[in-house]
Amino acid sequence: MTEPSFTFDGRPVPFVAGQSVGAALMAAGIRSWRTTRVEGRLRGLFCGIGMCFDCLLVLDGRPNERACLVPADTGMRVESQEGTGHGHLAV
Amino acid sequence: MPERGTDVVVVGAGIIGAACALYAARAGLSVTVLDRGSVGAGTTSRCEGNILVSDKGAGPELDLALASRSLWLELAAEYGADRFELEEKGGLVVATGEAGMASLRRFAVGQGAAGVTAEPVTPDGLRAHEPNLASGLPGGVYYPQDLQVQPVLAAASLLAAARDLGARVVTGTEVTGAARGADGRLTAVHTRDATYPAGAVVNAAGTWGGDVGERLGGSVPVLPRRGFILVTEPLPRVIRHKVYSADYVENVASDDAGLETSAVIEGTRGGTVLIGASRERVGFDETLSVEVLRRLAAQAIRLFPFLADVRLMRSYRGFRPYCPDHLPVVGHDRRVQGLLHACGHEGAGIGLAPATGRLIADLLTGAHPLVDPGPFDPMRFAMEDV
Repeated sequence: MTEPSFTFDGRPVPFVAGQSVGAALMAAGIRSWRTTRVEGRLRGLFCGIGMCFDCLLVLDGRPNERACLVPADTGMRVESQEGTGHGHLAV
Repeated sequence: MPERGTDVVVVGAGIIGAACALYAARAGLSVTVLDRGSVGAGTTSRCEGNILVSDKGAGPELDLALASRSLWLELAAEYGADRFELEEKGGLVVATGEAGMASLRRFAVGQGAAGVTAEPVTPDGLRAHEPNLASGLPGGVYYPQDLQVQPVLAAASLLAAARDLGARVVTGTEVTGAARGADGRLTAVHTRDATYPAGAVVNAAGTWGGDVGERLGGSVPVLPRRGFILVTEPLPRVIRHKVYSADYVENVASDDAGLETSAVIEGTRGGTVLIGASRERVGFDETLSVEVLRRLAAQAIRLFPFLADVRLMRSYRGFRPYCPDHLPVVGHDRRVQGLLHACGHEGAGIGLAPATGRLIADLLTGAHPLVDPGPFDPMRFAMEDV
């Protein structure tokens, strides 16, 4: 039986039913997936319960989703996020 | 218990009270600032921090705004622009139709004669100023003199500068009344816990200036006009200037009590985009209105379509202090010797603060006033009481 998985920056990440995207990333050894807006520092899970907005990533093209809150699902396209996630809008 | 007396007691630690305190201290007066809340806790913290000449037609308010803008630049040069997060960002007013374009141009010509730099912008020119603007807009006017500050930081910095000159700031203390001498002159301000002897008292209580004026013996007709502002998630720099639709100017001057909204949009140093502006006369009702938020968001998206895919983080609301003729009340209350008013600046208080503070200091010291104080005379509403 194939394990369910989503993709993170193009590579498959397995998960078990009920796991959040953030938990699945951690289980796969991926500890950071975002850079801060000003200094470009690495960020991943911090509070893990939806309060701190540290674990933001791009989910199916939508930036600023909280990895700790979104349940993992088969076929999701998860991507790391740079800064605000809206860099293409900069003028 | 009596506290140490000062030449001036300023009631209100918002941007106006802070500016009054600083300019009075700079004029050599001893100053005490009292506020029932904390620094900038009223309208100062519920606004966008705009210092605008673009929304004012020729007249006394524009003269005050131009003088005040120069003082803001002086303050930034002296204390550092970062102390206020002052940005010389300029304002871009966008017409909403061909007829609107014609009246906006006429308005700009009048402003030009009064000393405002106003540059007409073609439809193509709009996108050169703001690449994220919607296409198909009929044009606008660019006002390079419009500025922005972070208003609470600015109020705190003005007060810090006043304290460096010896001023005392007491927060969390509510003014309850005043003591008067045998000749009727104000001699002290009472708070819940103490009495502050004062040579003069400045009512800089903003939207609550009517109530505070009454407690001090001289009421002024200052009333609240509610406004909402939406705050987006942090973005890169997506909007360069303050951008607003031309109907904002009409709404500011309107006497309609009902809900009026117009798109007023700008970025901030922190990355959030602020979306206003609404005006309604509903007293001090703080109820959240989803209808207002919906209208503001829809209008903003019409000007900047990319906003449709941007999240809102929160909204805030506050009360602009307005007077029946939309001019502030600045000057002596001739019914009560020793009482001066500096409130009722409606949506322009941040911009008008330094000139107001300077004018109050001039009136206190008898110096030649920065601008003609006549149009702002607190007695203009109450001649029968003089």
